[in-house]
Amino acid sequence: MDVGIVSYGAYVPRFKITTQEIASVWGADGEAMARGLNVASKSVPGPDEDVITISVESARQALNRVDIDAADIGAIYTGSESHPYAVKPTSTVVAEAICAAPDLTAADYEFACKAGTAAIQTCMGLVGSGLIDYGVAIGADTSQGAPGDALEYSASAGGAAFLIGAKRIIATINHTYSFTTDTPDFWRREGQKYPRHGGRFTGKPAYFRHVQTCGAKTMEKAGTKAEDYDHVVFHQPNGKFPLRAGKVLGFSREQIAAGLLTPRIGNTYSGAVPLGLSAILDVAQPGQRILAVAYGSGAGSDGFDLTVTDEIANLRDVPPKVDQLIDRMEVVNYATYAKYRGKFLLGVAE
Amino acid sequence: MSPKLREVAIIGTGMTKFGELWDKSLRELGLAAGLQAIHEANIGSEDIDAMYVGNMSAGVLLQQEHVGALIADYCGLAERHIPTTRVEAASASGGLAFRHAYMSIAGGFYDTVVVGGAEKMTDSSESQTGTSVIAGSDEEWEAFYGATFAALHAMCARGHMDEHGTTREQLSAVAAKNHNHAANNPLAQFPFPMKPEAVTASGLVASPLRMMDCAPSSDGAAALVLCEAERAKELCENPVLISGSGQGSDTIALHDRPKLCHFPAIEHAAAAAFLQAGRKPAEVAVAEVHDNFTISEIMALEGLGFFPHGKAGPATESGETTYGGKVVVNSSGGLKARGHAPGATGIAQAVEITHQLQGRADKRQVDGATLGLCENHGGTAATAVVHLLEVR
Repeated sequence: MDVGIVSYGAYVPRFKITTQEIASVWGADGEAMARGLNVASKSVPGPDEDVITISVESARQALNRVDIDAADIGAIYTGSESHPYAVKPTSTVVAEAICAAPDLTAADYEFACKAGTAAIQTCMGLVGSGLIDYGVAIGADTSQGAPGDALEYSASAGGAAFLIGAKRIIATINHTYSFTTDTPDFWRREGQKYPRHGGRFTGKPAYFRHVQTCGAKTMEKAGTKAEDYDHVVFHQPNGKFPLRAGKVLGFSREQIAAGLLTPRIGNTYSGAVPLGLSAILDVAQPGQRILAVAYGSGAGSDGFDLTVTDEIANLRDVPPKVDQLIDRMEVVNYATYAKYRGKFLLGVAE
Repeated sequence: MSPKLREVAIIGTGMTKFGELWDKSLRELGLAAGLQAIHEANIGSEDIDAMYVGNMSAGVLLQQEHVGALIADYCGLAERHIPTTRVEAASASGGLAFRHAYMSIAGGFYDTVVVGGAEKMTDSSESQTGTSVIAGSDEEWEAFYGATFAALHAMCARGHMDEHGTTREQLSAVAAKNHNHAANNPLAQFPFPMKPEAVTASGLVASPLRMMDCAPSSDGAAALVLCEAERAKELCENPVLISGSGQGSDTIALHDRPKLCHFPAIEHAAAAAFLQAGRKPAEVAVAEVHDNFTISEIMALEGLGFFPHGKAGPATESGETTYGGKVVVNSSGGLKARGHAPGATGIAQAVEITHQLQGRADKRQVDGATLGLCENHGGTAATAVVHLLEVR
């Protein structure tokens, strides 16, 4: 039985802050920083936006594109490293909001930036085994970067939801493969507000080892080569890493272009590959092949080999496309950003 | 040379790659270099009388002190119960361990000694590494006030520019030359050539020093087997003689010195080494000097007597410190491009010079070299160690 994506929806907050603006606060060279990271601006969640609202918005759009009864959804999994509650799931709120409750199973996932793709794999298993008809897999984050830390230039917000099923599939998931190790490159302990990271250790032994190995092994499993793909999306902590990993695996910049969103919206963490894949589905043609490789610190990579079907034409023109979401630019200054992100210590006036 | 001293020779060398060696621990690095040197010397553990280990920061960064016993143990020497000593003098830890190993044989205490240096700098956060490095300055009067070695050396560079007219382009020529040398060194951290313009265009760290003026903080290890010279001839076809060893010191804080742009400790160490060897700077064919910053190499070359004060910059720019010039400086790539693993750096310098004098430096070979020099210093050269190595 073929299992794949039946529909998808995305969300990116309309507020953005430029790399230049952040750099000016910390006395850094904004132009050099933007060029070095290949990030010009990043999305900023508004005061009433969090992982729950982003997840609900994405899931609603996914359902809006197809004629499916939400009650037929048998599972919802939301992957994030910024769930609003430490205890109490995001996925139950999503289930109620999209009218899928109560006859379903739900849980929240955390695996740094790849929890959303882990959710896709879970839904694939449940659908493939016949336990459920449809599953919703969501990757969303309002990621944290400490003031002045390198992460602050990229940590942003956004997410996407995928309706996984076996009928009227718009993109068949032909193969999936995961590569998982104990690699402590980035972490946030219970109760800590901001994550810590291993600096340059997050590169070669972490991101590149996992993404490149997973990408190569997914293609090996699928019996494909880089040139067989029309589009490829890699996890994109900045705008440089995916280009470098892609080059090593033999992909051109053209193959990477449609799914590379970080230069415009920053690193949406669990939302990164789901959003990039959504942007690809916005433009992909029937028969086209897509490779998606997520990465989560700690560390692991999930790879997916997909083929777009004729069904995609049926939801092609239902807005909004990811590009339209990104284009809703309302640029904020650092003070507004700091207020929205809760970076001010609010005291009580005496 | 004092008639009381015995002659000492190098009969074995070992070295790991320098770089971000995240899958290697301190002990693994020390073991790899140590065993390679012992294997090359073709001796057994029963031949080793003592071990010296240079290490700067294991206590602060790895919470591992007692590094001498640790490395000897992991080299399989615990059951021999030999004397093991860890030597620390900031970035001069390796060079100073080398000198103490040399002195222990020259003074007649031992016949055969292994001296190694190992450092693990990249398993810690940048702030932890920075804190451990600046501990080699004056904590109360420099580090406490926020000084970094880049800032202190930037003052040296400014002083040198003001007093001697040294230029930005001359600093860039040092880094570019060392990178070009490292391109032929498979163990170098950055084995690729570089143009001076790229150095000048790199990001500003502490004016006038830019990113590419600064050596990295590296992981790595190097080791030597030293032996009393008569016995060395029996064990080794081409032993390299340690003909001069000198050490100097200075105020720990840079601001307590009459000039910012001279390193007198290097002058004193060099004078002692050249006097002992009965040699002159002009006779040296190949030298490894401590270029933790580009200005350091310029000041070291002047302190060593290769060039008068103010002339090392122009000499570097005109090619006097590379192949075909007056003296080939940092054929390994130096700290800048081979990498800088503080405890190992001084030993790695001696490994390079040994290979040069034995004619096995491959593409980096300085033809016909018979006299080489190693200069290793710590902090802003509050400790300097100079060795002259030669083949006769």
